Amino acid sequence: MINGLLWLLGFQLVGEVVVRSLHLAVPGPVVGMVLLFAVLQWRRPPAGANLFRAADGLLKHLQLLFIPAGVGVITLLHVVGDHPVPIVGALVVSWIAVLLVVGWLTQLLLGRDAGAARR
Amino acid sequence: MNDALDWLRTSPLLGLFLTLFGYRLGLELQQRVPVAWKAVAQPVLVALVVIGTSLWALDISYDDYLVGGSIIGFFLGPATVALAVPLHRQAHHLGRMFVPMVVALPVGAVIGIATGVLAVRLLGGDHVLELTMAPKSATTPVSLAISTSIGGLPALTAVLAIVTGIISAVAAPALLDLARIRDRRARGLAIGASSHGIGTSRALREHPTEGAFSGLAMGLTALLVSLLTPIVLILL
Repeated sequence: MINGLLWLLGFQLVGEVVVRSLHLAVPGPVVGMVLLFAVLQWRRPPAGANLFRAADGLLKHLQLLFIPAGVGVITLLHVVGDHPVPIVGALVVSWIAVLLVVGWLTQLLLGRDAGAARR
Repeated sequence: MNDALDWLRTSPLLGLFLTLFGYRLGLELQQRVPVAWKAVAQPVLVALVVIGTSLWALDISYDDYLVGGSIIGFFLGPATVALAVPLHRQAHHLGRMFVPMVVALPVGAVIGIATGVLAVRLLGGDHVLELTMAPKSATTPVSLAISTSIGGLPALTAVLAIVTGIISAVAAPALLDLARIRDRRARGLAIGASSHGIGTSRALREHPTEGAFSGLAMGLTALLVSLLTPIVLILL
């Protein structure tokens, strides 16, 4: 567990340093994710590696980690209450548009086997 | 009692406990409600109600809560790095997915920005609200940074991003079923592109492939939205 966490924190650390020294507009953890993916593809650790156990443990409860930021939402709900129609309307319309367009477009580009396969 | 409450305000114990307790209660509730309600009984939503009510009842401010809450929030960083693991396990799909990803994700990013801005304009919001809505498809910290740089209201953008994620966790799978988007890879990209991390946590629970591509789409969308928002805003 400790080793696994060290790997994750280490890659985040490298990601944050890269982002800050190159002034990138991407978050550090996303760069860390890309770097870790590259290293995993290269080294191919065994299925029972500590890193996998730590990663699976964290991702199993990914939504827990958003709760503190979500509580901040409650404190700002009055702002939404001032302009409910443009805020809520635009949010929902835009969300549905992206969800459907990306889904349909991907399925279209994947071709005929897309619909039935990978259930 | 008041002394104890004063101590709790400065201690991380309360925020940590309330967050884990609210989440645990949410998981329990989701297990027990009838099938039809499972999608709505999202643990995040339940936790927000439990924590919000507790803070209000105990008269504790958001900043006091964050003393403990931020300890849990911190792990979003390593968890984002950890998304490399499901992606690594699904890497055999990546070859076939290259063209769909390179086309669908930029299109999705542009549509997210453009529909956000235009819908606010159409529904009677002002210019600042348009700028606040534009980057909401990106993951919370990125959308916040973009909103700051284009002149929106960053705190409100963060709220919009989180609310988008929660709506998605509740409704995305049903909506994708309705639209006959059944391919797990396509569903994953759609959820990650439209609803970042909270959507991804739901996708991970639906199917490993869906979760892996949702995580990937979330990372790339964050990058694309930060690059494309200024350009789309000029065109609109």
